[in-house]
Order: sequence, then C-alpha cells, then structure tokens
Amino acid sequence: MYKIVRKKCLTDNIIYMDIYAPRIAASCKPGQFIIVINDEKGERIPLTIADYDAEAGTVAIVFQTVGKSTRDLAEYEEGDSVADFVGPLGRPSDLCSLDDTELKEKKIIFVCGGVGTAPVYPQVKYLFNRGIDCDVIIGARNKDLLILTEEMKKVATNLYIATDDGSFGFKGNGSQLLTKLVREDKKEYNHAVVIGPMIMMKFTSMTTKELGIPTIVSLNPIMVDGTGMCGACRVTVGDEIKFACVDGPEFDGHKVNYDEAMRRQAMYKTEEGRAMLAAEDNKNGHKCGCGGGK
Amino acid sequence: MALNMKRVPVREQDPQIRAKNFEEVCLGYNSEEAVEESKRCLSCKNPKCVDGCPVAVDIPAFIKCIKEERFEDAAKEIAKYSALPAICGRVCPQETQCEGKCVMGIKGEPVSIGKLERFVADWSYANNIDLSKKEAPNGKRVAVIGAGPAGLTCAGDLAKKGYGVKIFEALHKTGGVLAYGIPEFRLPKDRVVDKEIESIKKLGVEIETDVIVGKTVTVDSLIEDEGFDAVFIGSGAGLPKFMGIPGELANGVVSANEYLTRVNLMKAYRDDYDTPVKTAKKVCVVGGGNVAMDAARTALRLGAETHIVYRRSEAELPARAEEVHHAKEEGIVFELLRNPKEILVDENGTVKGMRVIKMELGEPDSSGRRRPVEVPGSEYDIECDMVIMSLGTSPNPLISSTTEGLETNRWKCIIADEETGKTTKDRVYAGGDAVTGAATVILAMGAGKKAAAAIDRELSGK
Repeated sequence: MYKIVRKKCLTDNIIYMDIYAPRIAASCKPGQFIIVINDEKGERIPLTIADYDAEAGTVAIVFQTVGKSTRDLAEYEEGDSVADFVGPLGRPSDLCSLDDTELKEKKIIFVCGGVGTAPVYPQVKYLFNRGIDCDVIIGARNKDLLILTEEMKKVATNLYIATDDGSFGFKGNGSQLLTKLVREDKKEYNHAVVIGPMIMMKFTSMTTKELGIPTIVSLNPIMVDGTGMCGACRVTVGDEIKFACVDGPEFDGHKVNYDEAMRRQAMYKTEEGRAMLAAEDNKNGHKCGCGGGK
Repeated sequence: MALNMKRVPVREQDPQIRAKNFEEVCLGYNSEEAVEESKRCLSCKNPKCVDGCPVAVDIPAFIKCIKEERFEDAAKEIAKYSALPAICGRVCPQETQCEGKCVMGIKGEPVSIGKLERFVADWSYANNIDLSKKEAPNGKRVAVIGAGPAGLTCAGDLAKKGYGVKIFEALHKTGGVLAYGIPEFRLPKDRVVDKEIESIKKLGVEIETDVIVGKTVTVDSLIEDEGFDAVFIGSGAGLPKFMGIPGELANGVVSANEYLTRVNLMKAYRDDYDTPVKTAKKVCVVGGGNVAMDAARTALRLGAETHIVYRRSEAELPARAEEVHHAKEEGIVFELLRNPKEILVDENGTVKGMRVIKMELGEPDSSGRRRPVEVPGSEYDIECDMVIMSLGTSPNPLISSTTEGLETNRWKCIIADEETGKTTKDRVYAGGDAVTGAATVILAMGAGKKAAAAIDRELSGK
C-alpha cells in the first residue's frame, strides 16, 4: 500500500497527489512515469511523474478525471492509501542525458497543454537546478483551467500563458503563442518539448516543424503493464514501430503518427461512449481545455 | 495380476458447458481413482520417468505412497523436489517428459503421472499438510528477481536451506506467467497458484511486489546497498513478437500477452474489475503454441467464434496435446498450413479480416521440423474483427541493459551456465525464460532448482 501524503485540487477535475513511494522517489528522473492501481479491482493507470522528493520519499502525480478509474482515484483523501504504485517506467527525458555544456547550447521552449503542464514541471525544475535557462508556455482553454503556474514561474526563465478565450495572458493556444514569440518577438529556440493531449501535440508539432524547431513529445497511449510486456502502447515513429512504455514515452514530435496514436487511444472506448463524446463535441465544440483542436 | 493398459479416465467439465465459463476444465482424480491409477505403476528399478523430469521428482516413490493410500507421505516425497506440484500436475508437458518415458506407454497408455501429482498436491492443500520443513537460518541473504516458476522454485529451495530470501516482483501480483499468462480454466489462481505461493511464503520467503529491477532498483544496488549475498534473475521472457505485416497496428490487433494479461491478471472478464477487454464476434489467433491455445480458448469463453491460424501442420503444433484436444472439443477451428500476409482494416482503422496464404511443408529446418513454404497465388481473405498474435516472446532487456558485466547472447537471453545458472557477473545467477527464451514452467523450475543448489555451494563454501 502506498500512502497519499498530500492532495490538492488544481481545478475542478485536475487533482494533485504526493504519494509515499521512497524507492521510486530515489530512482526516478524527469520524463518517466509510474503506474498506479487504486484497489484490488482497479486497472493499471499510467501517469507521468509531476515532481519527486527523494528526501521525503514522495512522488507527485497530477491527473484529470476522465474515466471511472481516475474518478475513483480522485475520491481518495490524504492519509488514504492506493494499492499499488510502481515505477519509474520509461526512459528519462533526453535532456537528462546531456551535460551542462550541451544543455547550455540548447535554447529550450516547453509548450504545455492543460494537464500536460504537470509532466513538464520536473523537467523545467531539473534545468533550473542546474542553472540552465528555458522558457515555458502554458496553454489552457480559460484561466480557471490553468495549473501549476505559480510553481512554474519559480523555475522557468520566462513563463508565457495562453488561454483560448483570452481570460488570462495571450488569447489563443500555445501553438499560436509560440509562433508569435518566434516570428514577432524574435525569440530563438532550437529545442521544443511539447506535452499535452495528443491532438495538441499533433498541431503544436506541426507549428514547430514550420518554425524549424526540433521537437520532443511525450505520449500517453493505452498500456497495461508498462514494462514492454503487452505491446498495447505500440506507436509508429517515422517508419519504426516503438513501444511507448520502454522506448519512450518521449519521441521525436515530427515523426509520430498522431492520427494512428489517437485512434489506438480510443480503442477501449465503447461505441456508446464514443457516440456520446461525438455528440458533446458537436454541441459545444472542442472542450478538453488543451488549446488544441482549433 | 492383469494390468490395465488404459489409464483411469479423468473427469472433465463437459465441452459445451465449459466453453462458456472460466472454471477449471479438468476436474482431477478423487482418491479412489488416484489409487486405482497408481496401481498401474510398475515401480521400475531403473525408472525412466524420473529421467524425463526436469526436477527429477522420485516418481515411483510418491506413486508407491498413493498405492498404499499414504497421501501425506506422497506429498512429502514430491516436496523434496518440487515446490509447485499442483501447478506442474496441471501445466507440465508430461507427454514429452515423465509420461513420455513411462514403459507402460510402450504397449498401452503411460501412467497418468501428471494427474497423480496434481491429486497429491490438491489433497495436501485440502488437508493443510505442513511441508515447510527447513534448516536453521544461516545468516545469508539472497535476492530473487521475479515471482514466476524459476524464482519461486529457487526461493523455496534456498529458504529450506536456511537462507533469508526476498523476491522482487515487477507486477502487482505474484506468480509471473502463472498469474498473467495461463488462464483460470487451466490453472485456477486462488485455489492453486496463490496456495502454492502461500506455501513458499510459509518457508519464510519475503515477497515485495511493484519493484522493477532495472528501474526501481538495480542488481548492483541489491548487492551493494541492500546487502544481498547473491542474486538470482528469473525475470522471464516478457516481450511479445509481432509479424511486421501491414495493418498490424489496427485497432483489434493485440498480442496474446496483452489479451491474456487483461483477462488473467486484471480479471477483465469479470464485471467487478475495472480493466476492459475487447470482445469480438470472430477472432483469429496466429500461432500454435500453448499460449495460442490459451488465447483462443479465452476468446471462445468471451463469446467469439475462434480460429487458430498456424503455418505448419497439426503434427508440428508446439502446444501440449491435451490443450489441442481440449481446444478442438470446445469448438475452436484450426486453420492449419496458413500464414497471415496482411491485416485487413476498415475505414475506422479497425480490423475487418486477415489475408492468409496457404503453406506446404518443405525440407526440415534447424528445429528439425519441416519448414513451411508459401504456395504461390493461394492467398485468400478470412473475415474477423480481432487478431491475437501469439508468436512467442523474448526476454526483457530491462535488467541486462542496466547491469554492468551481465552478458547476453544475440537473442537478448542472459548467458548462464546450464548446470549452475552462473552468469558472467560475480554472485549473480539466472534461469528460466530469461536465459532460454520462452520455454516451459517446469524447465524454468528446473533452472531455479539448479541455481539454488549452486548458490548454496558458493555461499556455504562447500
């Protein structure tokens, strides 16, 4: 059992938790993920690590309540325990394998979409702790859906915020803000890390390709074990088939086949559920708060 | 005394009924049947069956106990050699091992050794027989990686010799392939697997789940930071293979590993568990091994018309004869000498069929089996809405890639001495599928046993 030592609601449906898991806290690096299982009958939920504290023995997760399992997890309170918490899984961010000289040559821009802000945070913090500059764009549908802006402000060299409705910061999505920074404000970047919903990563990667910025994305496909056993997380990158769990989760954003990845992500949505989502989307327009799907 | 050349038949669930449930297919012998069957054993002076057993169980000795209705003694005889008799009695390929060597098999049917072993094990659990005899603690500690057949056996043997043993398991449940791979209807989890693991824990073996060696900790940190005197790696062969044919990333194409893990480990077939599994109308399972049979029979139980597509002929099917027999009885269709060329995909990216080509058998290949060759121009399409790829698995590189000095061969299998399990790294041993590539439960147990003996020799300085 793994104890929830801190819980806070970042928005109506985005939850932050610190989980006591000293082995993972001591061994994880930015970019990696964990798998959490609520109880004996729960499924294995993969979540990218949002922060960690080796001394306190805690690992932070941030999740949006999108299905039954995440809704159930959101019901857990401080002091409760989840049945299982396993990791760190996947490869650490490529940035972690670079030395300071190499890192100083990188002009890094992070683009976060919605809940994707969480996995970006430990990467920015890692760079900050090594004295490396980087800029961060956080995009969300409106100001109520922005998360971790205060935390990010402390570690990012420049933090830019975009909301689709203009209720805070730049009016538009992260991708549009990035274009403005590069084209109008003449900011120079030679390394982009884009993390958010699949559709947001797809469109932002298209933008970075136009801008000529090499781009890393972090995928969150369906998976079961997270150790290479099941192959559910197969994804096409360039002309190769990769397992996101062991070969990723980070890949070259310009090579990922997003349409296939999105189709595979929806594999276990029931016909009924899909129809319901389609109906909602048609009625209200794109609503996930990621700033994508324009 | 006239010997019955035929074995006592074992009771099974009716094929029509069992095709719709996950209850165990084979019901096993009761004590009368077991005693009757045991009398067919000739108690050979030079028993060939023992040679056929990878862990060298003294088969005539435990069968003699059954003859004399001393079932507890029979259990103790087996326990000297095997910590997992209820499992082996169910999943060993006896027809090519002990029973394959039985002299009774020359003119009639071999003694039903597997069913007798299963009877003894089930009886000993039902009667709470204590088999946890062990030596006094010797103060040495061994880490075992993986709670599957190899790891459990190695851990059990070392614990009996007085070692402090801790198993590290990557998944949230113990058993390895016994938990995630082999289905409930062939190997019940609560009643058999969990019971046998309990009996290993009774020997004092500790198990920590949710630890991925190579990620959460490393082999080196186990030795250097956690103070283990030796490490045994029994991490299995977990990575599924795919064919590399067009359409393989379509929705509805899954590895047998994924399918079986969802159903067996995550209990997706039960409404009260959260993990989903795709149900299909018509499933094609590609492959002919035990895992293919398990996947096919699982799909059948979830309501699909199920076909096995295998590129060689029936004689070459690598699955146990009993599994093929059961699969046929349950109504699984065998499409033999067929090989997939392409997965056919509809406009939504979902499987709608499979293009196969007919095969014929040519000259024997390196495995000694006749090599299947395509019959030119014989392609045709099979309609289906799900494809399960069961093409074998290879070892996971998570441990080998994070352990300096641990060498692997070109199949990513850990190099280890066949007799001792000794690897290229000091105080590190390995066995089971991690070393051999995908094989059987009993071979993994045999390797765990040999390694336990070798670790004992090294650490006790004998």
